[in-house]
Amino acid sequence: MLSYALRRLVSLALSLAVASLVVFLVVEVAPGDPARYMLGTGAQEDTVAALRAELGLDRPRVERYLAWVGGLLTGDLGTSYTYRTPVAQMVADRLWVSLPLALFALALSTLLAFPAGLYAAARRGRAGDVAVMGATQLGIAVPNFWFAMLLVLLFAINLGWFGAGGFPGWSDPLAAIKALTLPAVALALPQAAILARVLRSALIDVLGEDFIRTARAKGLTRFQALWRHGVRNALIPVLTIVGLQFSFLLAGAIIIEQVFFLPGLGRLIFQAISARDLIVVESVVMLLVFAVILVTFLTDLAYAWVDPRLRRRR
Amino acid sequence: MTTRILAPFALAVLGLGAAPAAAQQSDLTLAIQLEPPHLDPTSAAAGAIDSVLYANVFEGLTRFAADGSIEPALAESWEISEDGTTYTFTLRDGVTFHDGSAFDAEDVVFTLDRARGEDSVNAQKALFEGIESVTATDPTTVEITLAEPDGAFLFNLAWGDAVMVAPESIEDIKTAPVGTGPFAFERWVQGDRVDLVRNDAYWGESPALETASFRFISDPTAAFAAMMAGDIDVFSNFPAPENLPQFESDPRFQVLMGSSEGETILAMNNARAPLDDALVRQAIAHAIDRQAIIDGAMYGAGTPIGTHFAPHHPDYVDLTELSAHDPEKARRLLAEAGEEEGMSLTLKLPPPPYARRGGEILAAQLREVGIETEIVNLEWAQWLEEVFRAGEFDLTIVSHTEPMDIGIYARPDYYFAYDSLAFQELMAELSATTEPEARSSLLKDAQRMIAEDYVNGFLFQLAWPTVADAGIEGLWRNQPTQANPLADVRWRE
Repeated sequence: MLSYALRRLVSLALSLAVASLVVFLVVEVAPGDPARYMLGTGAQEDTVAALRAELGLDRPRVERYLAWVGGLLTGDLGTSYTYRTPVAQMVADRLWVSLPLALFALALSTLLAFPAGLYAAARRGRAGDVAVMGATQLGIAVPNFWFAMLLVLLFAINLGWFGAGGFPGWSDPLAAIKALTLPAVALALPQAAILARVLRSALIDVLGEDFIRTARAKGLTRFQALWRHGVRNALIPVLTIVGLQFSFLLAGAIIIEQVFFLPGLGRLIFQAISARDLIVVESVVMLLVFAVILVTFLTDLAYAWVDPRLRRRR
Repeated sequence: MTTRILAPFALAVLGLGAAPAAAQQSDLTLAIQLEPPHLDPTSAAAGAIDSVLYANVFEGLTRFAADGSIEPALAESWEISEDGTTYTFTLRDGVTFHDGSAFDAEDVVFTLDRARGEDSVNAQKALFEGIESVTATDPTTVEITLAEPDGAFLFNLAWGDAVMVAPESIEDIKTAPVGTGPFAFERWVQGDRVDLVRNDAYWGESPALETASFRFISDPTAAFAAMMAGDIDVFSNFPAPENLPQFESDPRFQVLMGSSEGETILAMNNARAPLDDALVRQAIAHAIDRQAIIDGAMYGAGTPIGTHFAPHHPDYVDLTELSAHDPEKARRLLAEAGEEEGMSLTLKLPPPPYARRGGEILAAQLREVGIETEIVNLEWAQWLEEVFRAGEFDLTIVSHTEPMDIGIYARPDYYFAYDSLAFQELMAELSATTEPEARSSLLKDAQRMIAEDYVNGFLFQLAWPTVADAGIEGLWRNQPTQANPLADVRWRE
């Protein structure tokens, strides 16, 4: 297990190094100058030059890349061109919204998907299965932002149970959770639908295996065999999806954050891209790459934990 | 059972459940579309900074009143020398910054020297270019000498880029601004809101509101939902014009349909063939159906303009007839210019709906007269780089939001590259003229000149719709400069 983990760690470090180069190049090559964006159409050329010098944008690219990577290694993510605050602090502020939201949505989607997937697999081919599959089909097809608008229309405008968006901060935890509820539901539903379908088909595959037949021959009911022997074996594809979903929920909630005007990571990136706040884009994207690689790494470890055969095979 | 489940939904459909207005309220939640990048109005062009801070946290020597006129602010009065080059300002006595330090003549010297300095990053540095020296003669008197008379000098000092700042607090101005205004900065939760609190030591009349919170919502659907759910009391420049009729017919809300300083134009690259030919530009001008663009792209909000000047300004001349919609004439002019074959032009569009939606309609109108356009959608940063700086474009649609900016037509290096000696001389004469009537007549001549040269296609003045709770009064309707001054805003009793 240990040497397996070490090998995965080396590949993790390599991926990060390559990613830093790609991220830097892509962001730098995109047209648009942060100084000019800040100063707008009334500015004079010498003013733009003065701001470029103030931001350090007049230094050569190689020098800036090395300074940036050097900073990343020591935990310094740089200082935002537009906000003029340290990127690390901005990210920390935004994570207080994005991380709880992602975990909230992931918990909801798992809670919804497991019973639905188990039920559908156990009732395979019967009316219950068809109903669950129909519902998940709908869940996948409905875009989450549209679903989010419907939630706002009903629960915020008509019923007045929730605010239409915004985030009051964690000083009042109940209000904070309330503010995250509608966005979490909107994010969770399509994810739950995908997860339920994956779980169902993984379980159905497992149900055809010999060891299930043996378990049934021992006298276990269909559901007992599924629960005791089936679920653990079906977990590998499900874990993969959960890992991917978490990465998606952390970074990909941009549209939902727009709909609910939440000060999350996605909105930070969105604003930074349009303002050409290069250092914020670079550092935040790198952090997300790191998070995704880390989650993949943990998922790999989780596979090995769930299925001991994998530890030897690789 | 059924009844019980359905009851809340029935209530919801009927629109009940809205709480009656409570006792006199003294807090206000105001939404604008974009979040300020930082909070220093003197070092960025972003209108969002002024939307939050102008006349609330920061004040200048002079300021814009709601009707666009210039009134005294931190300068109580001023005297202008015979030759028009020396301004002597008398400052208000006893004014303090929010950190308790006194505002005096030295702060004026500091502010103006910083704005016009060598390494200044002021986005409107040109406003201060005519200043030769700024001297504090005593704590409440400042003498400003100009290189030559400038009829727009008091106007220039009212801009958000010219507000007074103090050397003591300049270090942290971008995150913790300290000004002299009726409201003090309290906190900025980045990505979410900026909170202001009443300045009890304010030199002027104390505002009715105790606290004000600015939120940032750019998504039109979210804006609609936030207003309807009562999360927001005032939305300045509401982003979904299609929803305005709904708010107008709802007694809980009021809609203030104001005008901005944004002249929305179809800018043409005057330096590039075939647009360097005035006949071609005239043909394009006659191909444009302004009302169709206003109706189609802005849901009817906007005033047609025939020149680069705000229609609410007293000196405005209506020249829309010079470029009336006449496709027949447009085709004839194209033939006269030797372009009967038709032509193909690029039309580069920045992100706002006036450009993206307006661009599609405009392209169809140009096709009518035989001009094909290739539409290229750009982000702002790209637009600034490609169109504004490098001049790589034929046509573009953009709203020029600076107040009184007809002077850009006197800059041959400006992106649409209009190079007319006559116009440049006219502008020089204007800036040397201080007598109001003579200025007014020169401004009218300037409007006619660019309209007759068909420099650009003049489309419409951008509307500024504000949606507010029906119980609020004292809001600005028009935007002589981008701002939401809250000193006179109150809840009705």
